[in-house]
Amino acid sequence: MWMGLSYVCWGISVVLAAWMLYDWFKVDTTYSEETLTSSREGELEAVSEKHRI
Amino acid sequence: MTAAVETAQTTTIHGDRVSLLRVLGPAHVWALGVGIVLVGEFTGWNFSADKGGALAALIVCWVVGLLYTSVAMIDSEVTSTVAAAGGQYAQAKHIVGPLMAFNVALFLVFAYTMLEVSDAILLGDTIVAKAGVEGLTHNSFIAATIVVLAWLNYRGVLMTLNVNFVITAIAYVSIVILFFSVSPWTQGAVLKLNELVTPANALPYGWIGVIAAFQFGIWYYLGIEGTTQAAEEVRSPARSLPYGTMAGMITLLIAAAMTWYVCASLMPWEYLGITYYPLWDAGKLTGSPLLENLLFIATLLAALASANGCINDAARAWFSLGRDRYLPSWFSAVHPKYRTPYRSILFLLPIALAFAFIADLNQAITFSILSGVLQYTFMSINIMMFRKKWPLGSIRRGYTHPFHPLPAIVLFCLCMVTFFAIFLGFGSQLIAMTVFYFLISLWFHFYRYKFVRRGDQFSMPWPKPQGY
Repeated sequence: MWMGLSYVCWGISVVLAAWMLYDWFKVDTTYSEETLTSSREGELEAVSEKHRI
Repeated sequence: MTAAVETAQTTTIHGDRVSLLRVLGPAHVWALGVGIVLVGEFTGWNFSADKGGALAALIVCWVVGLLYTSVAMIDSEVTSTVAAAGGQYAQAKHIVGPLMAFNVALFLVFAYTMLEVSDAILLGDTIVAKAGVEGLTHNSFIAATIVVLAWLNYRGVLMTLNVNFVITAIAYVSIVILFFSVSPWTQGAVLKLNELVTPANALPYGWIGVIAAFQFGIWYYLGIEGTTQAAEEVRSPARSLPYGTMAGMITLLIAAAMTWYVCASLMPWEYLGITYYPLWDAGKLTGSPLLENLLFIATLLAALASANGCINDAARAWFSLGRDRYLPSWFSAVHPKYRTPYRSILFLLPIALAFAFIADLNQAITFSILSGVLQYTFMSINIMMFRKKWPLGSIRRGYTHPFHPLPAIVLFCLCMVTFFAIFLGFGSQLIAMTVFYFLISLWFHFYRYKFVRRGDQFSMPWPKPQGY
């Protein structure tokens, strides 16, 4: 049973790793680099809280 | 549904920009912090008994608890103000400066990646020990742990931390069940503390043994500061982060005390100090198959929860470095559907796998502890500068920690003691890591910093610091 579980673990690892690589490729070819890296630190903070005492 | 739509709207408020999702609450912050740490009760803390005896393990439980209570209080105050992914990195950037921030981010990535590696090795070894099958190795279990959890993190932070909440809660409850199953109010029936810890063997190496025990006493609480990495993904950072972090610390202090009491009452310190599975062994020693299996499963769940939180935190620290161009901005990509730092998660995945396959558990643990203690030393200096530059009343704080500067001084002093303890046990690794951080700092200062957009990196809308 344990050896079988070990093979199942290898199988799951390969399948999920392949899925992530596929999704990575799909996303990077669908969206522009500018959009993907458009996140900015602190913007929500600036808009929602404004730091007024 | 309405709440989900509102959340989505607030995160796309700046037009077409893709940012991390603000979907987490205080329970997720608790799950992140306690999830990373709780594995330390299942293995790690007990090596302090090898260094200084069972009583030394209890002394460091409380003294290191003081260190981490200071960490939690200081962290809660600063991060309730600097609510950005990257946690202590973002704090260092705004309060100390870019070079410190770069180093702190590396401390974070090293601490969490090495802890993830240790968790995966522990999980693999635990399964192999349970199976007892000739030819079965831990490699497949290590690979599955790291890849499945990376996939979970890739798919979204909400599900990742929901899972962490459930498995951390189960692991925690197992410690409580074990504690109450051994009649803790009665000595002699199951527990034999008065026989196992006597004045003759309580501190076999004297007080220097207590100092040496600090190195592994860190494991009782290592990683609780990881809650701050969720700062950009919690709905109300000023409330959720202090609440989740302090609740987590209280939870861990209780778990640490229960763990020591049960284990020290069931095992002689000579064995307790070398076993890899103190709680699982405690379950076996009760003679109950139910408790034995419960603690076996809880050990696996605790390792899973810790690795899961570590992947989350290391990826956010790496992502933040990319976003500020301290590293190539390629790493700052956010997945447009899942809203996670997917490239950082994928980049760190093979690194964790490589270390898990080639490093041994002790080396990985030591690198994790060293990076953690370097980070805590920074935090004690950071809070002093923060209070000096922006005194109370000059900016809005979600939480103000009491007794300043006492927690900072206590934290700094205990970090120095811990460095000495690490030097006693792993002096060459300490020197090697110090040299590494020195060289990488030179690289950052003389080469990388010219790529940084200097005005863009300071994003908090604060007034000018006092004295500037």
